[in-house]
Amino acid sequence: MNFVRVVWLVVRKDLLVELRSREILYTTVFFAVSCVLVFAFGFVREGQAMDDVGAGILWIAVAFSGTLALGRAFERERQSETLRALLLAPVDRPALYVAKLIGVLTLMTAVEIVVVPLVALLFQAPLFRHLPMLLGLLLAGTVGFTGVGTMFGAMLARARSRDVLLPVLLYPITIPVIIAGVRGTSALLQADPDPAIARAWLSLLLSFDVVFITLALWTFEPVMTD
Amino acid sequence: MDFDSLTFQEVTRNFGRRRALNRVSLTCRSAEMTAVLGSNGAGKSTLLSIAATLLSPSSGTIRYGAQTAREGGAALRGRIGFLAHDLFLYPELSAAENLSFFARLHRVSDPANAVDAALRQSNLHERRDDPVMTFSRGMRQRLAIERALLHAPRLVLLDEPFTGLDDAAVAATRTRLSVLRDAGCIVLLTTHDLEAVEPIVDRAVVLAGGRLNAIEKGDGGLRAGYRRLATS
Amino acid sequence: MQRLFLPLLILVAAMFAYAPLAIANAPFESTMLLVQKIFYFHVPSWFVMFSGAFLCAGASVVYLAKGSKNADHYAVTGAELAVVFGLMGLITGPLWARKAWGVWWEWDVKLTLALVVWLTFVAYLLLRRYGGPGSEKLAAGVGIFGAANIPFVYYSVNWWRTIHPKTTVVPTLGPGMRGTFWFCVLAFMLLMVLIIAARVRLERQRARVDELFLELED
Repeated sequence: MNFVRVVWLVVRKDLLVELRSREILYTTVFFAVSCVLVFAFGFVREGQAMDDVGAGILWIAVAFSGTLALGRAFERERQSETLRALLLAPVDRPALYVAKLIGVLTLMTAVEIVVVPLVALLFQAPLFRHLPMLLGLLLAGTVGFTGVGTMFGAMLARARSRDVLLPVLLYPITIPVIIAGVRGTSALLQADPDPAIARAWLSLLLSFDVVFITLALWTFEPVMTD
Repeated sequence: MDFDSLTFQEVTRNFGRRRALNRVSLTCRSAEMTAVLGSNGAGKSTLLSIAATLLSPSSGTIRYGAQTAREGGAALRGRIGFLAHDLFLYPELSAAENLSFFARLHRVSDPANAVDAALRQSNLHERRDDPVMTFSRGMRQRLAIERALLHAPRLVLLDEPFTGLDDAAVAATRTRLSVLRDAGCIVLLTTHDLEAVEPIVDRAVVLAGGRLNAIEKGDGGLRAGYRRLATS
Repeated sequence: MQRLFLPLLILVAAMFAYAPLAIANAPFESTMLLVQKIFYFHVPSWFVMFSGAFLCAGASVVYLAKGSKNADHYAVTGAELAVVFGLMGLITGPLWARKAWGVWWEWDVKLTLALVVWLTFVAYLLLRRYGGPGSEKLAAGVGIFGAANIPFVYYSVNWWRTIHPKTTVVPTLGPGMRGTFWFCVLAFMLLMVLIIAARVRLERQRARVDELFLELED
C-alpha cells in the first residue's frame, strides 16, 4: 500500500481522536507550563533569573512534556489493543511508526508554541532575535527526541512498568539532543550571539535525526512482532 | 493472494515456563466452520492470535494454502479478519468513523458503501455518528464483528463472538457466519456457548492443557461429545 | 570452551594475584604519585565496559535479525558486563579525580560518555527485569540504540567541554608503566572472556531448565 497514504490515514485518525477530547493536548501544555514555572522558582534568585537559564529550561520542559505526551499517546492505543489492529492491517509496519511520530510531533509543536514565548517572557530571554535558527534547532531537536521516543513508546506499549520505563530508557539516549539543543539555543541567547556555533549544533541534531530515524525504521518491524 | 486452507503443523507456543499450545495440528478448509472449545486459559486465544499472524509459534509451522505468514506478508494479512477479545475500536470515534478508518486501511473499494452496509447489517445505523464509548457491550461487539468482516476476508477468526449479545443478535450473527462459510470462507471461532454454535459448525475441537482433540459428533451432539472428552 | 575454562581461570587468578606486585613495582608518575596507580585498574574497567556494550549491541542485531536465542544470551551478558565494570570505572574514577584534580566529578567527554553509556545499559537491564514477557526483543532495540548513541554523546560532550587527560596518557607512559598497564589490560580482558563464557552458560542452563519444565507438562 502506498506508504504515504497509510501514514496520512493513521495521522488523520489520531488527530481526529485527539480533537474529540483534546485531553492529551491540554494536559501536556499545562504540564509544560507548570514545568517552566517550577524551574522558574528553582532558578530565579532575588527576582533575577540566573544567566543562561532560559535555554536549559526550555529544553527540559520540551523533554519532560514530550515524555508525558508519548506515554499518553501509546496508552490510548493500548486501551482496546488498537495497536494490534494496526499491526494486523496489510500495511508496511514502518508506516505506522512514521504516522505515530508525526502525530506526537504535531502535539509537541503545539506545546512549543506556548512554551517558547512563555520562557522568553519569564526569563527575559531574547528568543526571537534569531528566530529561523531557533526554530530550526527546536524542530530538529524535537524530531530527534520524538523519533527515539516513538520507537520506545511503541515497544513498551504492551510491556509491564511501561510508565516509568519510558523515561528510564529515553533520557540516556536523547542526552545528545538535549546538549545540542541547550548549547545551540544558548549560543543564540547570549549577549554576543554566535550563529555559527548554533549552526554546528544544528548539524549534530540533524545527523542524530537521520541516524536514529533510519535505525527505528529498520528495527520497528522485528521489535514489534512477537 | 488467496488460499483455501489454514494448516497448523505441530505448533507449540511457550510463554516462559508455561506451555500454552502443545504440538497442535489442525487443518481448516474453505467453506468450513470450526469451533474451538476449552476452559479459560486453555490456549484458545493464543491459537487464534497465532492464526492471525500476531504471535509466532515457538515451534511448528502455520500455512495459509501453501505459504507461511512470512512469505504472505502484508497481502496475507489483508485476507484475514480477526475479532479479538479486545474489540479494536476507538472509543472516541463514532461507529461510522471507526469502520471508515479500518475500511480505508484495508483498502476496501468503495469504503462509504461498505461502511453503510455493515452498519445496516448490524442494526447500528441509527447510532452511526455516536461515539463508541456510548455504546453498550453488545453494540460494541456487533460493531467489532462488522469491523472484522469489513474487508471480505478469506480467513475469519473470531474469539468468543457471542459475548454480550442478546438472542436476536446471536441469531443474526449465526446466520451471518453461515452465509460466510457457504460463500467459501474459512471460519474458526472460539466459544463457551455450545448451544449457540451447534447448529452451524461443521466440526468442533477441544483445547485442553495445550493439546487439541477433535469431538466426534456422535449421540447427544456437541455438548455430550464435549463432556465425554472432558471426563476421559 | 569447557575444557579451557579451568586453565583460563587459573591463569586469570594468577595474573590478578601478580597484578598488585606489578603495580607496586611500577614507577611513580611524576605529578600524581601513588594515586595514579588506580589507573591500572580504572582504564581496563572501561575497556571491558565498552567491549560489553558493543557485544550487547552486536548480539542484539543478530537476535533481531535471526531470532537466535543464543544471541540473546550474549546480549544480556554484554549488558551486565557493561554495568558491572562500568560501575567499577565510575567508582575508581572519582577516587582518582578527587586526589588528582581536587573534584569528585567533572563534566568532560570521557566521564560523561561513560556515565551515559552506563545509564543506557542499566536501563537495558531494568527493562529486561521489569518489562514483563517479551522484553528481550524490546531490550535488543535499546541495546542497538544505545551503541549507536555513543558517537553522538562523544561529539556533543566534546564540543561542550574537556578537561580529562587526553588519550595520549597511554603513549606517554614511561617504559616501566607501559608493561604493567598492558598486563592489567590483558588480565581484565581474559577475565571478561571468562565471565562471558560462564554467564552465557548460565543463561543456556536457565533456558534448558525452562524447557525441562515444559517437557514435564507433556
